[in-house]
Amino acid sequence: MTGRRTPGVVAAAWLIARKDLAIEFRTRTAFLSALVFAVLALCIFYFTWDQSVVPPADRAPGVLWVVLAFSGLLGLQRSFGVEEHDRGIDALLVSPIGREAIYVGKAIGNLVFLFAIQLVAIPALAIFYNLPFGRPLLAVGGIVLLATIGIVAVGTLFSAMAVNTRLAELLLPMLSLPFFVPILMTAAQATTLVFAGRPPAEAWPSLKILIAFDIVFLVACTLAFPYTLEE
Amino acid sequence: MLPASPAIEAAGVSRTFGRRRAVDDVTLSVPAGDCLALFGPNGAGKTTLLRLIAGLLAPSTGTVRVGGRPLRDDADARAQVGLISHQSMLYRALTARENVEFAARLYGVADPRAAAVRALDDMRVLDRADTPVRALSRGLQQRVSIARAIVHAPGVVLLDEPYTGLDAAGGAALTGMLQSLRAARAALLLVTHNVDEGLAVASHAAVMLAGRIVRMADCATLEARTFREEYRALVVNGDGLPTGAPLGLSA
Amino acid sequence: MTTIPVSNGTSNSGSSGRSNGTPAPAAPRAVFDWFSAVAALGVVGIYIRAIYFTPIERLQGAAQKIYYLHVPAALAAYIAISITALMSIVYLWLHDERADRLAEAGAEVGLVFLTVVLTSGPLWGHRIWGAWWAWWDMRLTLTLFLWFIVAAYLIVRGGVEEAAMRGRYSAVLAILAALLIPFIHLSVYLFQARLHPMPVVLKPGEPSLPPEMLTTFLLAFAAFALLCIAFIRARYRVGLLRDLAAELAA
Repeated sequence: MTGRRTPGVVAAAWLIARKDLAIEFRTRTAFLSALVFAVLALCIFYFTWDQSVVPPADRAPGVLWVVLAFSGLLGLQRSFGVEEHDRGIDALLVSPIGREAIYVGKAIGNLVFLFAIQLVAIPALAIFYNLPFGRPLLAVGGIVLLATIGIVAVGTLFSAMAVNTRLAELLLPMLSLPFFVPILMTAAQATTLVFAGRPPAEAWPSLKILIAFDIVFLVACTLAFPYTLEE
Repeated sequence: MLPASPAIEAAGVSRTFGRRRAVDDVTLSVPAGDCLALFGPNGAGKTTLLRLIAGLLAPSTGTVRVGGRPLRDDADARAQVGLISHQSMLYRALTARENVEFAARLYGVADPRAAAVRALDDMRVLDRADTPVRALSRGLQQRVSIARAIVHAPGVVLLDEPYTGLDAAGGAALTGMLQSLRAARAALLLVTHNVDEGLAVASHAAVMLAGRIVRMADCATLEARTFREEYRALVVNGDGLPTGAPLGLSA
Repeated sequence: MTTIPVSNGTSNSGSSGRSNGTPAPAAPRAVFDWFSAVAALGVVGIYIRAIYFTPIERLQGAAQKIYYLHVPAALAAYIAISITALMSIVYLWLHDERADRLAEAGAEVGLVFLTVVLTSGPLWGHRIWGAWWAWWDMRLTLTLFLWFIVAAYLIVRGGVEEAAMRGRYSAVLAILAALLIPFIHLSVYLFQARLHPMPVVLKPGEPSLPPEMLTTFLLAFAAFALLCIAFIRARYRVGLLRDLAAELAA
């Protein structure tokens, strides 16, 4: 009875994220399949344009964002499937940690998962599309960071909803992609400007939308998450 | 530390799914140190009642309290509860030890490693502690699941058919565990359809049929053989069913 | 990755029907629906007026008459979708199944009118712009994404069995979608503002309409608003009867 202290939101979220990443590290199936998918898609997209008409560097931003969105979905799908299998989610719900901590923990786990894919996919893009490494790629990293937060914010919530429906994995892309539209549009545009060597100020309006999206949907989805649980 | 109010308290609890009333106006209380065994056939609403008391479901009407406090919005009240359900609630990719340790950390147990080892040892699965749950048999998974549920020394333990899949040694370990929990003044609610298992640890017995509690008895004054016959009569013959209640019971 | 067993959290959920605590609704009587009849007649009247008694626009010719379908349909779609958004908030607040049923009706009727907007728009565009689809047209692009969101909303509704959970899921989705729309609007705007100057085309509903055309427009708006409400009423009744039937079966 002595020495028990219920973890706070941040500590509990971190526990859940660490547990999810440990599971992922053990199995690696979702990570490897998402990673292979991302690199494979990059390569396939290379051959879908005639490079004498459109230079590879020009289509790199579009390809990057399509690939990141879809490989991200692969990662998000697994998020709540792990909980549903033997109803691990019930153990989380009866425990003293708050429900928002479950959402935040899952989101952190997904964020790390997606970053890990991007850490391979973006250099792979630079290699396959002959982009310069260095400063522009770093700037793209910043855009990716902002966009991934938004993708994870809505994707984590929809992953929780999708596992409780008859359609399960089928539902996630259908729900998420409309919400990815503003993220992908603005991120792709900012990426294009960066690769074209334009001054950063030109990308600022796009980044502002991304930042606003992240804030609005992180808050809204954290508030909405308890409603997606069974009652 | 011990609250004056009963450890588990349900007052007029009902839960409907659509038109069907899975739990119908149930009132019960279990004081600290007692064990209520809840018997009933499949579909009687036992599991739903347990999930209502655990706070996993919201009652349509009525209130549920644990230690005198509503469970659903009170983290400290939830911290008192341990739940063993149909599903193992374990993560298959993680080892038994990692699963139990994770649970201990969720409850903020001071030394999660030591607590996990102790709980696994109590359930006699310490020798398989570093095996992934995926590779354990159903019975061993059940033992790990029980260890996970009691790692934080809960004051209230809710058990849904906990003997399912356990062999004789596992069953004995569980019975021993439940008795020591009672000795430590924990309140237990044990849901089962096996009368002998239930009566082995219970201080009170209740029978649930079609969402209602139709019989409540004190084990001190109750003779096991008579109760078993009475239960058979209730469940198999349908005696004492509330009129108009749906049948479809199986022994 | 394994397939997930769907929604078996409670061992005995699964019957759909009323959420908790709401009184049993009375079955609607099967009577002739005057409201729908008036709305339908109104729409027929509008097209007779639009086709035979409204002058042909000087620059666009007969193609301009598509406006009398396209623009009122958009208005009706917005009415229906606003009802869905509003009723979703009401549902999360009061847990009243009537709000959920109305939200469902609004979404389905909204999808029908959005489909009308999305088919009539390109027909007009093909004639006037020489292109079926124009991504820089904010309204059409926004309508397209709205269509996808409403479709996803209805698919979610079809995928959840327990009534209370279906209500919560769809309400959450509708509210998030309401937050999403400004972001889509902003990003589409940013996209087209950078790449294209605002196109110089005739805009629907410019203030300098000849009086006959304006009258036809206003009447068309009224007729479509009426039709929209008639559809929602009818769809609400279908939902009510379905829930009653499910309860009787339970």
